[in-house]
Amino acid sequence: MPDDFEPRIVAFFCNWCTYLAADLAGTSRIKYLPNAEVVRVMCSGRVDVQFVLKAFAKGADGVLIGGCHPGDCHYQEGNYKALRRYRLLRRLLRQMGIEDERLRLEWISAAEGDRVRVVIDEMVATLKRLGPLRKAEEERAHLTEVA
Amino acid sequence: MKPKVAFYWCASCGGCEEAVLDLAEGVLNVVAAVDIVFWPVALDFKEKDISAMDDGSIAISFINGAVRTSHQLEMARLLRRKSKLVVAFGACAQLGGIPGLANLTTAAGILAEVYGDAGTPELQFRDDGHALTLPKLFDSVFALDRAIPVDYYVPGCPPSPKIVSDMFQALLDEPLPEPGAVLAPDHAMCDECPRRDTRPQELKLDRFYRVQERMLDMDRCILAQGLPCLGPATRAGCGSRCIAGNMPCTGCFGPTSHMRDYGGKALCSIASVIEGNETAQIDRVFEGIVDPVGTFYRYSLPSSFLERKRLE
Amino acid sequence: MSDRNGAVRIGVYTCHCGANIAATVDVKALAEFAALLPNVVLSRDYKYMCSSPGQDLIRQDIRDHQLNRIVVASCSPHLHEHTFRTALKVGGLNPFYFHMVNIREQASWVHENKAQATRKAKDLVCAAVRRVAFHQPLERGRVAIHPDVLVVGGGIAGIHAALTLANAGKHVFLVEREATIGGHMAKFDKTFPTLDCAACILTPKMSAVRSHPNITLWTYSEVTKVDGYVGNYKVTVLRHPRYVDEDLCSGCLECLEACVCKQAKVPDDFNLGLSKRKPIYIPFPQAVPQVPVVDPETCIQFKSGKCKTTCIAACGDRHAINLRAEAKVEQIEVGTAILATGFQTFDARRTPYYGFGKYPNVYTALEVERLVNASGPTAGEVVLRDGRLPRTVGIVHCVGSRDENTHRWCSRVCCMYSLKLAHLIKERTGAEVFNFYIDMRTPGKGFEEFYQKLLNERVHFIRGRVAEVTDWVFDASEEGKLVIRVEDTLAGFVRRIPVDMVVLATGLEPRADAPEVRRLFNISCASEGFFLERHPKLAPVNTFTDGIFLAGCCQAPKDIPDTVAQAGAAAAEALALIDAGYVETEPNTAHVMEEQCCGCKTCISMCPYHAVSFIEDIHKSRVNEVLCKGCGTCVAACPSGAIRQNLFEDDEIFAEIEGVLSNA
Repeated sequence: MPDDFEPRIVAFFCNWCTYLAADLAGTSRIKYLPNAEVVRVMCSGRVDVQFVLKAFAKGADGVLIGGCHPGDCHYQEGNYKALRRYRLLRRLLRQMGIEDERLRLEWISAAEGDRVRVVIDEMVATLKRLGPLRKAEEERAHLTEVA
Repeated sequence: MKPKVAFYWCASCGGCEEAVLDLAEGVLNVVAAVDIVFWPVALDFKEKDISAMDDGSIAISFINGAVRTSHQLEMARLLRRKSKLVVAFGACAQLGGIPGLANLTTAAGILAEVYGDAGTPELQFRDDGHALTLPKLFDSVFALDRAIPVDYYVPGCPPSPKIVSDMFQALLDEPLPEPGAVLAPDHAMCDECPRRDTRPQELKLDRFYRVQERMLDMDRCILAQGLPCLGPATRAGCGSRCIAGNMPCTGCFGPTSHMRDYGGKALCSIASVIEGNETAQIDRVFEGIVDPVGTFYRYSLPSSFLERKRLE
Repeated sequence: MSDRNGAVRIGVYTCHCGANIAATVDVKALAEFAALLPNVVLSRDYKYMCSSPGQDLIRQDIRDHQLNRIVVASCSPHLHEHTFRTALKVGGLNPFYFHMVNIREQASWVHENKAQATRKAKDLVCAAVRRVAFHQPLERGRVAIHPDVLVVGGGIAGIHAALTLANAGKHVFLVEREATIGGHMAKFDKTFPTLDCAACILTPKMSAVRSHPNITLWTYSEVTKVDGYVGNYKVTVLRHPRYVDEDLCSGCLECLEACVCKQAKVPDDFNLGLSKRKPIYIPFPQAVPQVPVVDPETCIQFKSGKCKTTCIAACGDRHAINLRAEAKVEQIEVGTAILATGFQTFDARRTPYYGFGKYPNVYTALEVERLVNASGPTAGEVVLRDGRLPRTVGIVHCVGSRDENTHRWCSRVCCMYSLKLAHLIKERTGAEVFNFYIDMRTPGKGFEEFYQKLLNERVHFIRGRVAEVTDWVFDASEEGKLVIRVEDTLAGFVRRIPVDMVVLATGLEPRADAPEVRRLFNISCASEGFFLERHPKLAPVNTFTDGIFLAGCCQAPKDIPDTVAQAGAAAAEALALIDAGYVETEPNTAHVMEEQCCGCKTCISMCPYHAVSFIEDIHKSRVNEVLCKGCGTCVAACPSGAIRQNLFEDDEIFAEIEGVLSNA
């Protein structure tokens, strides 16, 4: 594993809980690693499985989905749908050779600024250990067979 | 001058060739309207006959099957050069098809599975003064449009007789459909399904079954009975033949134009209608789907976002 | 995807935000990078984009350069998305042709490595530029606001908010869980710093509530369900039976006298168990409404059915007592709601080292409030449990506050009320009083002067967090007393202070049912458990749910002046909405592309608001845009991509994903 490997994480944050928590981390000046880039959605229930697959296909080493705690979803039940999709998607990804730790679903409430730091820093450390997913390069590589 | 057409098969099962013959008497109309210059399964034309033709002199080439060997790639390229229009005919050409599930392994993996330790085939050898080259088995299966530009897609495994006859009608007529079009309706199958009115508005599945695990009621929505019927995610046009046979839709007509990754969308939707708010309960419900890739990407793995299992 | 000759023309603005962004993100490099992105016609950087000149820049550029999309890279959209959308509108562009990139709260403020922070900012801007090309012109809908208001909680906050709104001519439903309004303030004797009598300033307001034609007062009631959306909430209120009819009761209280239980035996909650009441009771003499309550747990008639019901006889021909009354469920429609549910005091049993519940003469501050109160259990006498007057009293500050083991926050009022109690105790008993503090927090108007007054009254102030209260005595001088062990940090050594009475200045905490209440109204709680305000500085009474406002200690600990101010602010916010007459809805709703819908009905069961319905005769689903709250769950669940969400379309999100990974 090259020492300078910096994992890329695409993070889908729900507007009401996780995105606000990330803002709170900002106003509290909590420092965390810059490897995650946020795509904001209104609810974790909006996160289509296609988005996760696209992120992996385009070069993400990890994908993080952030939603409200069970029972606290701003829209009542969106996060439960996210949980159900996540549990099945995990199994599909495993069949595709993508390790469980690369896709994380985390419940982070608007008040948990520090948890954003904990989750992201932990995920970066895990991905550094797992190494790059390399899907984007792989796509280019196996395409050469038909180039 | 009748337009020249060619039919070719890459990595396929032969069902798409049958699909043309399934036109029954209709095939006579086709034969009367066109000049078939290449059809390995039915006629004796050779590759050298095609190579000898001028570029662009074939009006339409209907290519079925996925591309997974160097010879299939070569033939696809050859026909592309020689044709004005290329149609990816059938699920394998459009999406990668069932052979596409080989993207869960590699060439070496396949050879090991089939031949064990009997060794790998040599690609080149000489016999009695003739040099023979075996096609190279690629590690991955590709949909046709990865190998060559494709003008139209005809979905189905195989395309249904109506879709095939509609296809001939559309392509042998003016004006031509929009380039890149899939020649089938652009909405999902539920509308056409004879059981559509029996699907409840509130669906909460607490179990999934495999086809052999349950005697299905002939009149009720199959998804509502606990089988992962992919009709809601699948393009219409097949006439719901599988449903009529009391079997769930497995998605052979592929996605509509409003989805980008068929298996991902289908999984997303099916997962949404289960019962369960807690991890343990949810996992239990999904135990009934024993092979997620096989269920959701049966025909479309090579054309999905991830395309193949991660190479080591 | 494009207009004006088919071309997308994007203007990108990178904000320095002074040094907030510029000190960590290389804003010049970011602006230069953005200029080279596809469809970007113009890229600027500026010190404060949200300022007037910053917004003017955008408006001018839209005109001069025919821009049809705008991206601003600055702070959180929660702060200024509205500001910039308005700038677009003024500049003649649909406000939704705008996208904001958060490079402050989620980049410059949280990352230390400048190169990486800049790289991240570039990725996010790239994502925004790709996304905004897909934005559509959207219109906000308008929803009428029902003019009635719900105020939940009848303490001083709820009372003040209700009166303000009622005086403005609005109809208010004031729902209070207890049998009387007044809240915690009704338990106080005097209020700091003026030593005003709490009842004297509170009871006139309570009466005003009772008699105001615009206020419907429902005590002994609680909200059980809230349906609907901003401007049109349908609220279900459960009214518990008092067994005494409010309309028929004249408040004579003869039924209390007549009760067969001649001796009061039930611990009186209002006096915190320091006295007893009968099964039929009134919480306190000035209760509003002035109507007794029958407690079915202790009333003999309820428990055995064999009571002489002398209470009913005493009531005579008024017939106000009805022991067969049942709970009533009311449904009301309101446009806005103010939550003023207050606080609860920290349970001193959680700090057992202070001896509460173990030693009889350890009291909480609220218990002492009741002791000093003339209408309290001891008629205003500050006495020990055995009736003696204390000669030495120790007041322990910060019990359940400023403490890693219990609550980290400062409860804001305890220093002042501890001074107040010190004064009152000294005045009533002449005892020697010690206050044990960590810091003296007396910042309000007149507070410092009050502290000086106490210093002049020879109250002893010892700076140190009390370690324990014990009855283990060291020598004869401590015999029969409670010993406070504390490090006197200014003197520099550990002391033992023997006292007769210990008063624990317990802090304020969120009510135990705050999580349920907040779910009812679809707002959030902050990390300590108090209700979450929209912005701690600029929007302390708003929540993230339009039409729901906060007032008083349910939002954070505060004293009475601040509570009243906040209640007035919440009333003003509600009035602003009501008098505007309408609220604009967010356009990020879902809609079904009918030609694409195959009628599979998957979406119908996805929506908790019943916003998606199935139209049988065309066999398709349809979204009611007024009910749709814009979560997008149905959009993801649609198996064939036939539902779209404005502002969060698949195309837009895929574009963002590709944008953030464009340099991967």
